[in-house]
Amino acid sequence: MKRARCLLFGLAAMLAWGPVRPASAHAFLDRAEPAVGSTVAAAPKSVRLWFSERLEPAFSSVHVENAAGEDVDRGDLAVDPHDRTVIGVSLKPIPPGTYKVRWRAVSVDGHATEGDFVFTVGR
Amino acid sequence: MRFLLFAVAIAAASTAPVHALAHGFAGKRFFPATISIDDPFVADELSLPTVSTVKEPASGDSPATREIEASGEFSKRITPEFGISIGSEFRRRIPDEGRAESGFGNVELMPKYRILVDEAGEGVLSAGLGIELGGTGSARVEADPFTTFEPTLFGGKGFGNLPDSVALLRPFAVTGFVGLAIPNRAATSTTHVNEDGDAVIESERHPHVLRYGMTLQYSIPYLQSFVRDVGLGAPFNCMIPIVEAVLETPLDRGAAGRTTATINPGVIWSGGSVQVGVEAIVPVNDRSGVGVGVIGQLHFYLDDIFPDTLGRPIFGGGQ
Repeated sequence: MKRARCLLFGLAAMLAWGPVRPASAHAFLDRAEPAVGSTVAAAPKSVRLWFSERLEPAFSSVHVENAAGEDVDRGDLAVDPHDRTVIGVSLKPIPPGTYKVRWRAVSVDGHATEGDFVFTVGR
Repeated sequence: MRFLLFAVAIAAASTAPVHALAHGFAGKRFFPATISIDDPFVADELSLPTVSTVKEPASGDSPATREIEASGEFSKRITPEFGISIGSEFRRRIPDEGRAESGFGNVELMPKYRILVDEAGEGVLSAGLGIELGGTGSARVEADPFTTFEPTLFGGKGFGNLPDSVALLRPFAVTGFVGLAIPNRAATSTTHVNEDGDAVIESERHPHVLRYGMTLQYSIPYLQSFVRDVGLGAPFNCMIPIVEAVLETPLDRGAAGRTTATINPGVIWSGGSVQVGVEAIVPVNDRSGVGVGVIGQLHFYLDDIFPDTLGRPIFGGGQ
């Protein structure tokens, strides 16, 4: 029992070491428009990504490229001012085809994640 | 009691239905903390508690025994690549015949070094040295009186590079380990007096043991974030179905080849700064157990809960 008390004391001291920061961690992609892996009938004018955490726009990025690897976004990355978990970029006019979205998300506490997905514009 | 309330409060505050966070990354692949075997990452994390119940088969003069364990493990990064874990467990052993006993098992340490991370290939390789400190636990619950060292290799690999034709298999990943448990004592002798009043010396031999295992996991978060959004909502969007296999093969000292193993299917739910997992423990032969056991775990990602203090490496910075 003495050892159990020592263990509890140690864990309590460990948890008391620093303040618990609420809901600020690695940002994961929750959903996207166009949706991940989807086929859309009409060419979208923008790509929007919803993340699980608030983002730091200065260090986050979204690029959209066509099958030849050419950027088709306008480079005007913006975080939604009403919801900092949402980030988007507008697109140039794009023909039917498959497009890859590459993103890097840095949450407000500095944790970084990255990923990519494709969507298809139907003919 | 206050600590337990605090821990529960953290868990409750961390259960927002978001995708898996922190712990082990290789590129865009997130590997959860697995329950039955150690994962290949070096991280700031706390598993508290891990609770299991299994029934050991009868052996020699010992009757079949139900063993219930509640354990905790704390892992801390010293540098971004090197960390150390410390843990122990409280056991209650309930034999089919005779008196139940309770007590702590031995203290276990695991310094671990992350050798490489292949971000593009979603791969990771680590090496560690498990140390079970003999005599730190209670003999009543059969904690070993000798120390065991176990050099171990850990690995993990995601299948994110599979071709488009089998894109739905990309959320699969495997992890595994192989280690050699080396006791610092070849045998333990005990003396007792039998019914006739004669002193009897019994000797128990301690073999070298090859320990190995693997997990196969399918990440729903990976599926929906990188392959195809199939529209699964909470809580399924945070789930990782998993099967873990744990095997031990003694190599010498009269026990060579007597492999024991369990196959443990289950699911891990990973969200916020915490994950919860539960698995069945299915013994593969008579030596490995009697009936199906259960293991469950509550696990905290300390790098997300304490990003500026406890959740970062002591040296080398970074998150």
